[in-house]
Order: sequence, then C-alpha cells, then structure tokens
Amino acid sequence: MTSLLEALDWVLTADSWTGPGGLGVRAGEHLLYSLLAVGLSALVALPAGLFIGHTGRGRGIAVVSTGVTRALPTLGVITLVALAAGIGLTAPMVAFIVLAVPSILAGAYSGVEAVDPQIVDAARAQGMSPRQVLLGVEVPLGLRLILGGVRLATLQVVATATLAAYVGAGGLGRPLFLGLRNHDYAMMLGASIVVILLAVVLDALFALGQRLLARRPGTA
Amino acid sequence: MIEFRQVSKTYSDGTAAVEDFSLTVSSHTTTVLLGSSGCGKTTLLRMVNRMVEPTAGSVRIDDVDVATVRPVALRRSIGYVMQNSGLMPHRRVVEDIATVPRLNGAPRAEARRRAMELMEVVGLDPQLARRHPGQLSGGQQQRVGVARALADDPNILLMDEPFGAVDPLVRLELQRELRRLQDDLRKTIVFVTHDIDEALALGDQIVVLRPGGRTAQTGTPRELVEAPADDFVSRFLGLDAGRRKLRAAPRPGGGQVVTDDAGRPLGVLDDADGGPSAGAGE
Repeated sequence: MTSLLEALDWVLTADSWTGPGGLGVRAGEHLLYSLLAVGLSALVALPAGLFIGHTGRGRGIAVVSTGVTRALPTLGVITLVALAAGIGLTAPMVAFIVLAVPSILAGAYSGVEAVDPQIVDAARAQGMSPRQVLLGVEVPLGLRLILGGVRLATLQVVATATLAAYVGAGGLGRPLFLGLRNHDYAMMLGASIVVILLAVVLDALFALGQRLLARRPGTA
Repeated sequence: MIEFRQVSKTYSDGTAAVEDFSLTVSSHTTTVLLGSSGCGKTTLLRMVNRMVEPTAGSVRIDDVDVATVRPVALRRSIGYVMQNSGLMPHRRVVEDIATVPRLNGAPRAEARRRAMELMEVVGLDPQLARRHPGQLSGGQQQRVGVARALADDPNILLMDEPFGAVDPLVRLELQRELRRLQDDLRKTIVFVTHDIDEALALGDQIVVLRPGGRTAQTGTPRELVEAPADDFVSRFLGLDAGRRKLRAAPRPGGGQVVTDDAGRPLGVLDDADGGPSAGAGE
C-alpha cells in the first residue's frame, strides 16, 4: 500500500514528467511505438482480412496462423529478432506487429462475414462490382467489428510496448526497468500506472467510436 | 425477348436444380414461373442476369448470349427485385433507389432527381426519401425495391417472389399496382412465385414447374384453368379440390350471385357485362 502511494506521489510530481528521460517524453514514445505498430499491422492485416471475409478464401489458414502467432511469447520474439537485427526499435516493432496482426485480421474478416448475405446478394444483383460491394456495403456494415479488432490490437500493443526498453529502445518500459534495477519501486509502479492509464484512455476512445457507429442504421 | 435454350444447372454434388429447360419470353409481357419451393424457379430467374451460370445450354436476350456480356454490366441493365427487398440498411431510401443510375455514371443530382420521380411512380410519399429501410413497413420496402429496380429504366425486370413477405392485403394492393405500372411501362417481366392466385393475376404467360425445373405446362392463365395438361397442373391450380369451382345463382335485384363450391359468396355478376369473361371475383 505504501509503495502504491509512493508511486502515485511520484507520478503526480512535476519533476517526474519533465526532462529528456521524463515521463512526458517516455509516454510520447510509448504512444508513438504503439500507434506505429498498430498502423503497420493494419496496413497488412486489414486488406488481408477484408479479402478473406469477402471471398471466404484462406479462412482456414488465417484461423490457424493467428492461433499460432497468438501463442508466441512476445519477449521471446523480441530476443530472437534482436539477435539478428541488433539493439533498437526493429526487434520490438516486429514483435508488436506479430502481436497486433491476428486481432486486426480476425476483426476484419469476421466483420465482413457478419454482413447479411442477402444484402450482399442484392448489392451484386444491382450490378455492383466486387470492389464496390466490399467498400460500399461490407465495410460500412461490418465496420463496428472491424474497428473492434483494431481496438483489441491497440490494447495489447500498448500493454506490451514496455518491452521495447528491454532491447534499448524508449517508451514507458525505460522507467519501469530502471526502477526494477535500482529497487526504486515507486518509479517502477508509477510507470506501470501511466501505461495502464494510456491503455484505458485509448480503449475508451475506441469504445466511443464503436458506440457512435452502432447508432448508424443497419450496422451489425 | 428472353430465350432459355435447353438450360441445365447441376451442382457439384450432383443435384440438378434445372434440367433441359427451354422457354421464350416475349418482350413487353409478364411471364410467371410458378412452382413450389425447390423447383428451380429462382435458379432460372437468376440465370438471366448471371447471378447463376447454367452448366449447359444458354440464355439469350434479344439474340445475345448473356454469357458473352460482363456480369456487372449485364446486371446494371436489368432490374432485380427480391423477396426481402434487399435494401441497403445503411443507405437512405433515395440513395438506394439511385444505386443503378449512379453505377451507370449518372451525376448525383440527376440520379437523385430520377429516384424522386420513381418514388412517385411506385406510390411512395416523397417524405420517406430521407428514411432508412428499417423505418419503413414491409409494403413500403417492397415499393422501394421496385423503384430501385426501375430506376435506370431497364427493359427487363426480374422479380423473385417480391410480394412473398408482406401480409395478404398489402400483397393484393402491390399486385394491383404492378399491373397498373406494367400497363404504362410495358417491361419484359419474369416473375417468380409459388402463389397460384398471384400467377393468375399477373401473368400473360405462366410456366408451371415440376421439381427439377421441368416444365409441366406453359400457357396463358386462361389456358391453364380451361385445360390443365395433367393432374399435377390441375392439383397445383387447385382445380381438383373444388377451390376454383364457382356457382352462380340469380339474385333478387337482378344479376347473379357467385359462390364458391361451399356456397360462400364471392361476388356479383351483372347481367349487363356478365359475359363469359367474368370468372372469379376478387
């Protein structure tokens, strides 16, 4: 209890946030890594997931491979990639992408698959091209679930991005590991609290977005 | 003119939905494909706009094999109305009706103007234009479906049990409206139904189908009722059960009261126009 109070005290002290290694900079890095990882993952996983949902092809492979990659320990992936790529941001980025892709992929194909097949059939029968059916019907109607996948991926990556510091990159893992090494538990716990806050705030934003989408007529 | 030339559809598991079916649908007429579920009538309908590809034979529109036309272009030139309206739940009524004109490259304002016109043609209150389909009654949704199918003035209209999901009163009203529309527009309509009354009310030509998409009889409504080809057709039309046996008895005020086989009154025949054409009352 005392250490938790000390941690809060540390977080609420202005000095902890300022300076080149302060919480402000670290939280910024943390957010940047997370968004970059989710963004890069979405670049790959969204088109792939939409394709799987639209055509129904490759679904089996997607289910198996996402299951396998979900089982990979992130720290192991970082270490493995770092052996090849060295110290820096590359290794953690690869690990975060491996972490984020399955959720985004699953959200994208289940979102498209959830759209009423009769509506898709009607859209095709009116003469929409496959692309028009996907972008004009399946994506807008499945958007809430598609966004749900991105939401889950974001939460996972923000919570895991502390590991970037393990191989010398920045982020909120820096004060966390530093506190651990120096037995400064206020700093260690304080950094964790900021990670949690960041995750909660981002998740709340996504929840809000999904709620707004749910109000649109016809959204699954 | 639409021609089915010996078309068959066999699925990969070996079931035959349609076998060796041939039919000619004259331009500007309504042909009803009549049969119970699983007889292949919807499969036949969907071959016209290549939503289903026949495994043998060909479908020709004005002597062009549809297999040679790109499906997307073909479908944009043919109106399609389906049972559960198939409206886009996320689009406003006016946008949905404007779909095909927009796909065919009409500017937004032009497509919209056309959609508003169509709403009037099918008897929809223009105030409904900004609504979403979820806010409409079943009958209104079907009217929107018809308006959407007509929006780019196609020559051919495919209707797949379009009034199957609405209550009987609305259904009769929609059938009446479709007849009125057809008197004005003179489209080539292929209409699928399992409802014999609907077939008799709408068809210039009726094709009674057996399971497996084989034709039991093709003819005008009158030909079918007057001379059913066999027991199957007779049973399907309800001729054997006495459902269509009518009796007429003189009425005190003049004319004749028409009753069904059980003696329930159906309507009145006036002496003035009580010629042979006045059959069943509605």
